[in-house]
Amino acid sequence: MLSYVAPLTVEEAISILASASGPAKVLSGGTDLLVQLRSGRTKPGLIVDIKRIPGISGIRERDGTFVIGAATPGAVIGECEALRQAWPGVVEAANLIGSSQVQGRASLAGNLCNASPAADSVPALIAARATCVVAGANGQREVPVESIATGPGRTSLKAGEFIIEFHLPKRPPRSADAYLRFIPRTEMDIAVVGAGVSVTLDPDGACTDARVVLGAVAPTAILVPEAAAALIGRTLDETALAALDQAARRACKPIDDKRGTIEYRTKVAGVMARRSAAIAYERAGERR
Amino acid sequence: MSKHRVSTTINGEPTEFLCEPQLTLLDVLRDDLHLTGSKEGCSSGDCGACSVMVDGRLVCSCLMLAVEAEGHTIETIEGMARGKDLHPLQRKFLEHAALQCGFCTPGVLVAAKALLDRNPNPTETETRYWLAGNLCRCTGYDKIIRAVLDAAAELRAERASG
Repeated sequence: MLSYVAPLTVEEAISILASASGPAKVLSGGTDLLVQLRSGRTKPGLIVDIKRIPGISGIRERDGTFVIGAATPGAVIGECEALRQAWPGVVEAANLIGSSQVQGRASLAGNLCNASPAADSVPALIAARATCVVAGANGQREVPVESIATGPGRTSLKAGEFIIEFHLPKRPPRSADAYLRFIPRTEMDIAVVGAGVSVTLDPDGACTDARVVLGAVAPTAILVPEAAAALIGRTLDETALAALDQAARRACKPIDDKRGTIEYRTKVAGVMARRSAAIAYERAGERR
Repeated sequence: MSKHRVSTTINGEPTEFLCEPQLTLLDVLRDDLHLTGSKEGCSSGDCGACSVMVDGRLVCSCLMLAVEAEGHTIETIEGMARGKDLHPLQRKFLEHAALQCGFCTPGVLVAAKALLDRNPNPTETETRYWLAGNLCRCTGYDKIIRAVLDAAAELRAERASG
């Protein structure tokens, strides 16, 4: 027997979740949750719809930083011109999730907490040094996005905890990000490999800061510091690209499945990392 | 099981219904409100046959609980024609024979209208990507795309002369 409740404040949601007698699920866009409800993969006794909480959906800019409400649909993220300017990679990753219809509902918090290794928005958020604010009975904590997913379908959130918002930091000059995924079709598919790259360049075009994150090649999205190190201190020359490619491949711990073999995923991870880095560099270079 | 009372506006009409919490908006539209234009294809958000607008956003009604509709404005395929006057998209689908069995058509029309409402002059590529979440297993997509682009052209001409 399923119950549904739509609290109006974060505090109310916390107390409802804390006093739930059986398994409870937090609902934002529902594009994963409703599929799992229908298939019987998840059988909660209670659904807590957080979308009535003011500010849980929407984007706020504060002195160059962005706050994205946990339940903000992908379509709203894609329409935010200031966010597209500052974080084009985060926006393109969020907009790759599902169809136009799914974009009308799917949220960053859902994409993260569903904890698919192939979630498109997650590598881009980690590359961006995004944090999320987790609310629960013990108060709120702000943690890096990479600390949430611990394996396929599993997160570090404790019972009754949920994400209320994401924070994206202020961008230095000559900074940009990019996200690319490989799928065998052109649309509506799950990443075989995803790569998010964020870079900051000096006035001469050399990289002073980089983050490289791979998706779908390990149980969670993986931050690859060795791949970032291949970029830092260099322009995007052939040596840097080759080192990036090699570091990305070395970090892969993929599975064999219908979408790709271990060998294939590993090779494609190097290619996606290079291409994504090239796009991030080009975007950053246009901002000098 | 306790039922929820839900107040919405559907195709311009204030509409109330009672529903159990596990029912989707599509279940209620079809089974309780008898708005059977929205189709149940996959029930997993992949096929787009159940496409509706909620507060001006295109969504799959199979991926939304009916109780979530409280206070929201919903537009379905039944609201697209004005009485006997078909929407230009509907006319163009007939002219271009952009349907065979018709099962996907309501969803395609709702999604195409959502596109043209925000982008009156989409390219063919934009149109194909926008409609990638609407699956058709009969016609192939070329006639659908031609009909949408033709309707867009007619709507632009209407706007220019009006």
